[in-house]
Amino acid sequence: MTIIEARGLKKIYKAKTGAVHALDGLDLAIPSGTVKALLGPNGAGKTTAVKVLTTLIRPDAGTARIDGIDVVADPKAVRRIIGVAGQYAAVDENLTGFENLEMVGRLYHLGAKAARRRARELIEQFELTEAGNRPVKGFSGGMRRRIDLAGALVINPKILFLDEPTTGLDPRSRLALWGVIKNLVAEGTTLLLTTQYLEEADQLSDDIAVIDGGKVIAEGTADELKARIGGHRVEVTLVDAGDAARTADVLSRHGDGEASVSGDRRTVGVAVVDGPRALQFVLRELGDAGVELHDAGMRRPTLDDVFLKLTGHRAEEGQEDQQTEMENAR
Amino acid sequence: MSGPAGYRPAGTGGPFRQFLSDGWVATWRNLLKIKRVPEILVFTILQPIMFVLLFSQVYGGAMAVDNYTQFLMAGIFAQTVIFGSTFSGAAMAQDLKDGIIDRFRTLPMSPAAVLIGRTNGDLAINSISMLIMMGTGWAVGWRVTTSFWGFAGGVAVLLLFSYAFSWVMALLGMSVRSPEVINNAAFMILFPLTFISNAFVPIHTMPDVLRVIAEWNPVSALVESARQLFGNTYSEFPAAAAWTLQHPFATIFLGVAAMLVVFVPLCIRKFESISSR
Repeated sequence: MTIIEARGLKKIYKAKTGAVHALDGLDLAIPSGTVKALLGPNGAGKTTAVKVLTTLIRPDAGTARIDGIDVVADPKAVRRIIGVAGQYAAVDENLTGFENLEMVGRLYHLGAKAARRRARELIEQFELTEAGNRPVKGFSGGMRRRIDLAGALVINPKILFLDEPTTGLDPRSRLALWGVIKNLVAEGTTLLLTTQYLEEADQLSDDIAVIDGGKVIAEGTADELKARIGGHRVEVTLVDAGDAARTADVLSRHGDGEASVSGDRRTVGVAVVDGPRALQFVLRELGDAGVELHDAGMRRPTLDDVFLKLTGHRAEEGQEDQQTEMENAR
Repeated sequence: MSGPAGYRPAGTGGPFRQFLSDGWVATWRNLLKIKRVPEILVFTILQPIMFVLLFSQVYGGAMAVDNYTQFLMAGIFAQTVIFGSTFSGAAMAQDLKDGIIDRFRTLPMSPAAVLIGRTNGDLAINSISMLIMMGTGWAVGWRVTTSFWGFAGGVAVLLLFSYAFSWVMALLGMSVRSPEVINNAAFMILFPLTFISNAFVPIHTMPDVLRVIAEWNPVSALVESARQLFGNTYSEFPAAAAWTLQHPFATIFLGVAAMLVVFVPLCIRKFESISSR
């Protein structure tokens, strides 16, 4: 059963440089109990999509339904069943961690007693005891994020939206948060998550929608997407960067297309049809030519490769502040 | 579908009870803020003391008329509570900046409740300010010459006006989106607004243009109302002949009603369409 459904969503912002199509006909269909990642660079429209689905902004065209409820026609009914954690920790700085969660519980109308009980549970579950009784003001970004995420889980919602949940977190906090999210999903929550980290989408989601320019440009499981750009890659790491040109020649001859050379001219790689065979030939020829290697191997394509192939640009080189500018221009 | 294990459906109580509960929770949050941000309390306590003392002691001597302190006090009360209303503007802008508005807007709460909680917060701050000012005023010789009901009525009129004004500032805060800009703008607008009035000097001494502005300035009607209720009117400081000052109560109630009727719906509409960043 489809629990999150979007059809032809459009949202246009007027910016100094002209109209920006933040959403340009976005379609989504997410089955109940699954995890969908919206993957795309900054400014691709991920946050705008989440804001429309969570009733924060109205689309200019198209429809969106959450558990069958239209987000524009009955936002309050939608808000009763969803949990949301945005890109920035939306916590009250002057309240303690506990008070923040109690407030959210009371605003979900759980009743004062149940709200407090739930806040205590979450404080424990998220190991926030330290932040429980002090104003949030003095805490690190990671701690705020956890309080914010706990806030999204107060009603243990059927449907959870997480907008770039780990952006700006250190690797340790990121791993910890992944653990929390995986547990949740195991309990049957439907999750829509946005990320610009390919690894994150791969780790957490059942299904990925690649977004660029406000619409979905590819959809499928991580494996399906990887399969779309073909088989393996052969990659070698050079001892001497001076060998890059001849190595690239060798790889291009055995590969499916031109070899690519990394910025420091030490890593050379190429997409190949038959991985093991290509690797054997490449290694033999490089050995004969006396090229010294630090490392050589065959790897499956990453989502990074997928993204590059689909959009013509890398996921990370997004237009950093476009989103912010767009929002401010309203 | 039933949802994940441990799913807690939201929503106990009827719509009206939920609305009251939301309003209280939002108010509670703003009261905690007063307690936890020392700057607010310092502003709330020290500034009124400073204004009462500065004006009554520095100006009072130069005025060389009897009863200046009596005359002045309602003016200082009015100015202080109007400045107190700017907290709502700065706080709404700050909440937008912090993203907490987005959290509220994804919860099944009443949108009006956030604003009611905020304006109630101002009311609390202004009530504290009033207490402090009245105490300080008492110490420098201010007296209410009517009755307890006159006194209570004067306080009520001042707080009512400032409460309505909080809604104006809240809309400004949500539109401007920058707490710093709100504070500066408030200063630029509110200083002339409170000075070009009968708050500190009688209007009849002003040049014509200023006099007309002062007569129609709602702050003048507010101050005149409070003076009449406190029994602080004197022949040395006659109220102007303009309709607004001859009927200060009607003017103030019309003004308060107009502010609420216009700005409460505008604020709610604005709130329902804003989102952080």
